[in-house]
Parts: sequence; structure tokens; C-alpha cells
Amino acid sequence: MRSALTLRNIVTAALVIGLVLLPLYVALTGDRFVLILFTRIVILAMAAVSLNLILGYAGMMSFGHAAFLGLGGYTTAILSFEGVHSGFLQWPAAIAVSALFALAVGALSLRTRGVYFIMITLAFAQMAYYMASGMARYGGDDGLSLESRSTFAGLLNLSNKTTFYYVCLALLLGTILLVWRLTNSRFGMVLQGVRSNESRMSAIGYPTFRYKLTAFVIAGTLCGLAGALIANHTDFVSPSMMFWTRSGDLIVMVVLGGMGTLFGPVFGALALLFLEQFLPTLINMAVRPFNPAGAAKAGEYWQLVLGPLLLFIVLFARGGIDGLLKKLGGKHSSHE
Amino acid sequence: MTLFIEQCLNGLQFGLLLFLLAAGLTLVFGIMDLVNLAHGSLYMLGAYFAATFAAWTGSFLLGAVLALVATLIVGMVLEVVAMRRLYGRDHLDHVLGTFGLILFFDEGVRLIWGPGGLSLPVPSWLNRSIEILPGIQYSAYRFAIIVVTLAVAAFLYILVMRTRIGMLIRAGASNREMVGALGVNIKLLYTLVFGLGAALAGLAGLMQAPILTVQIGMGENIVILAFVITVIGGIGSIRGALVAALLVGFIDTLGRAFFPQILVELLGRQAGSTAAPALSSMLIYILMAVILVVKPQGLFSANSR
Repeated sequence: MRSALTLRNIVTAALVIGLVLLPLYVALTGDRFVLILFTRIVILAMAAVSLNLILGYAGMMSFGHAAFLGLGGYTTAILSFEGVHSGFLQWPAAIAVSALFALAVGALSLRTRGVYFIMITLAFAQMAYYMASGMARYGGDDGLSLESRSTFAGLLNLSNKTTFYYVCLALLLGTILLVWRLTNSRFGMVLQGVRSNESRMSAIGYPTFRYKLTAFVIAGTLCGLAGALIANHTDFVSPSMMFWTRSGDLIVMVVLGGMGTLFGPVFGALALLFLEQFLPTLINMAVRPFNPAGAAKAGEYWQLVLGPLLLFIVLFARGGIDGLLKKLGGKHSSHE
Repeated sequence: MTLFIEQCLNGLQFGLLLFLLAAGLTLVFGIMDLVNLAHGSLYMLGAYFAATFAAWTGSFLLGAVLALVATLIVGMVLEVVAMRRLYGRDHLDHVLGTFGLILFFDEGVRLIWGPGGLSLPVPSWLNRSIEILPGIQYSAYRFAIIVVTLAVAAFLYILVMRTRIGMLIRAGASNREMVGALGVNIKLLYTLVFGLGAALAGLAGLMQAPILTVQIGMGENIVILAFVITVIGGIGSIRGALVAALLVGFIDTLGRAFFPQILVELLGRQAGSTAAPALSSMLIYILMAVILVVKPQGLFSANSR
């Protein structure tokens, strides 16, 4: 029978415990860079988890999810620019704006399917991108700096890196919990039914459009909140955070980690940002024995390795990291 | 009025150029059912090859021909090595795999040509203006682009509708198993079609190169436009791609040229000049959203033809 002590569960638990204890490690070693990197990982993991709700569970191939990151971020930054610094106003505003945008985009896009859906979500994200570049008052193409991080009436000081990290982590875990509850509810069952066979679901009598739209709005809203976080993290927003390649990055995270699995996107975000961060060093080390002079230069071209690696994962490791853990765990237990 | 005619010609030129990109995309889309985001990389490669070969040979034309051959070869190799394995898979896999290829090509170009970008000068015999209508001067180079793309469009029409290869391509689009069962080497056919699409993208890139700078990532914006066109026109329809490309070319060019003035008239100077740049860039995406909402399969979808 299925035991709770599978490799996959152990690794997931280790990941969560590791994330919770990370500031302790930082306090001991004084390595602030790790904390900044992991704050970014946690925020992008939250965005990826939200995308996974529609992409992984409901099979809606949205190619414009980064727009919500941008919308949430811009709402926060613009309010800050106009003198509203309170997070109690900024964050609900970010949530409301992304929810409204998701409602409008979803209502129009979900009339199409397949490649057309991919492209229409992309088109809406591009609109948001150009909208942001056109806002001359808020920096246009150059982006907009935040004067200060969101304030919470003295309750939380987000300028403290550890506090901010825990706020992000708490929101990530909250998002995962929400997605877990949602996908195991009747609502989530219907969504997964839609993914496998939409015409059958509507033949049984489910109003699939409404279910899909609700999921789309929930995903967009959660991602908008992640956007408010990322604006606070970098103290800066720019249109480039909505460019279509950013949406591509989010999809990569979801697929790399494992589509339609609870913790997959977290693994995916971790893996992608780790690759971005450490692949140059790895290449550097790999090239050094053969060509010491060119090693540092070779490390700069890490995307030359990442690109084919993505293709390789698509071709041969569809389950992503989560699937790999499951497979390894399965093999292990059969030997016992 | 002169300005208006000139902008119309620019719109025509841009639209036809987009058609070259979209035609390759829609062929690959319609026949192999493959979403190829890396199509923009082939456009970029065409431009880089042309700039390099033109500098080597000292002749624009010779450089262009060599660049076309080179992109054709890259396209066919790419098909055999990578794309072939993606056929018949989920569209998500296509998006992801070809997204990886974009990273690969961008970085590869940076490795070979450096991060700086190149320039390809307009050949001297085209670097002047000609009088195309009484009293209206127009850049000879842009006019040459119009002529070349129209010739290519005619060539494509004849190739697809009037030749044996075209017959096989159309047959492959409607039922690939059946074509294979009838003894056609479908693998070779796919490689050829992909190579043709790559060469068309390369041609678009090398012709656009003297107008813009040749740089990394130049394909990333324009490939999205090409996708917009394929989707507006209806996937797999070359005729749809032509109509949609012209529509997008005109709306984008004329929108950027005249829309700001219209907005200023409508909304007043302050509001109009603020909203104009964003809105004129958004016009084609708005067009696409409207068309897809009204006709979710595009204007000339293969089913309703």
C-alpha cells in the first residue's frame, strides 16, 4: 500500500523545512546573498504555483501569466509613487487589479482553445507590456523605483530582509495550501475533468466555461499578489517583467518541476533559478581542465547549455522533477 | 497627402515582410502542427548571415543568396536534430522546447558574433529614392523589398497550388498518415517544408537588416507579430496569412504615424499625447483579441474554407 514515507514526500518535507530554517543558516554564516536569492525563488515559486493551477490542473495553456506579476508590481509601485505606502491598501489594490484583469482576459480568451488560447493570452500580456511602457508619468520603458517598501502600520518591517523572507514564505505556503484544498474539492475535480475531456464534462452538465474562468481569476489574483511581493523585493518595476519571455520562464518552472503536482512548481522555480545562478560556475569548472584561459569566458554562455537542457527535459523527462522523484522512489521501494 | 501615401507604402512593405515570416510559420503550423517559437531565431540568423557574407564577398546580392542557403541548411538540420522529435506532442511541449532553442540560438549568436550587433549597409545601387508616382519619392530599397516579397508570395502560391510538391504539402496538411501510406516520404517532405519556412524567415531577416540593426533578440518581438498574423489569418492558411499580414502591417504603421494625432484631437493635447504611444503599440493586439473573440478560429480557418 502507499506509505507516507516515499522519497517524494521526504524530499518535499526536507524542502519545506529547509526553506523555513534558511534564515537560521544565514544568521550563522552571514551570507546575505543566499537570503536575497531565496526570497526571489520563493516569490517566483508562488507565481509558478498559481500558474500551475490553470496550466497543470485545468490544462489551460496560458502564455501571458507574467502580466499578472507586472500588474501586481505596478499597482504597488504606482500607489507608492503617489504617496500611498500602506501595504494594507497596496496589496489589496494589487489583488483587485489583477483579479479584474484576469476576469476580463479570461472571459474573452476562454472562448478560444488550443493554440488560439495560447496566442490570445500572449496578446493580452503584450498589451499590458505596452501599456506599462507607454505610461510616461511612471517611467515608461525605464521602469519605476519604489521609494520605500510597503508599510504595515508598524506591525511588519519589510525592509528587514528576514521578516520579508518569512512574509513571502508564509504567502507561498498559504498559496500551496489553497491550491491543495481547491484541487481536492469538487471544484478542483471538475477542473481536472475539464483537462482530460472538456466536451464530456459539459455533456454531463457542468458549465465548464464558468469553472475555467473562476480558476483563471484565482490564478491571476494569486500571481498579482506575487507581483506586489516582487516589486517590494527588487524595489523596482519595469515593463520587461511582463515581456513574453518572462511568461515563458514561468511555464518552464511549472513543467521543469512537474505539471499538476502540488510542490512541483516550487521545485521548478528552485531548479531554474539555481541553474541561472550556478550554471556559469559549473561550466567554468567543467571547461577549466581543458582550457584554463577560456574557462571564465565559457561560463558566460550558460544559456547555450540551458536551452538544449530544456528541450531535453521536454523530450525525455516529461514528469519533471516531481515525476523523477516519484520514479526513483518507486524503484527504491520495489528493491526492498 | 504625400506623407500618407508614403506611410501606406511603408505599411505595405512591413506587411509583406511580416507575410514572409508568417507564411513559414503557418506552413509548419498547418502541416506539422508545430508551434515554433524559435522561428524568430531563424529570422535573426538570416540577418547575421547576410551581414557576415556581404562583408566577406563585398556584394549585397551574393551575401543575401549565401545567407538564404545557410538559413535553409540550418533549418533543415534543426528539423532533423530537434523538431522532428516534437511532432505529435502537446503544444505545451512545443512552446517549451522551442523556447529552449531561442536561448540556445541567442547565446550561440553572442558566442560567434559577440554581443555588439552588426550592421548591413544598403547596397549603393538601391540607396536612393525613386519617383514611383508623379511627385512622390520613395526609398528604392523599400520598394525593392515590396517587389521581392510580392514575387516570393507569387512563387509560394504557384508552389503550393500548382506543383506536385505543393500537392503533397496540402495533402500532408489534411491527412499525414494517408500521404505516408501512399508511399510519399513524409519525413523528407517535412524537412523540406521546415527548411522552406526557415529560408523565408531568413529572407525576411536579411531584407530587414539594413533598415534596423542586426542584433541579438531582434526576432523576439517580430515572431510574436508573426504569430498574431497566423492566428488572425487562421492557422495553416497561406491566403489568411497574406491578408492578416497586410492588415497588421497597415494598422501598425499607420497607427504609429497618425493615431497619436487623432488621439490628441479626441482627448485633448495632455491626455492624448500620454496615451498615444501605448495605444498605438497595442492596436494590433487589440485587433487580434477582437477577431478571436468574434471568430475564434481566425479569419480564414482551414475548417471553414
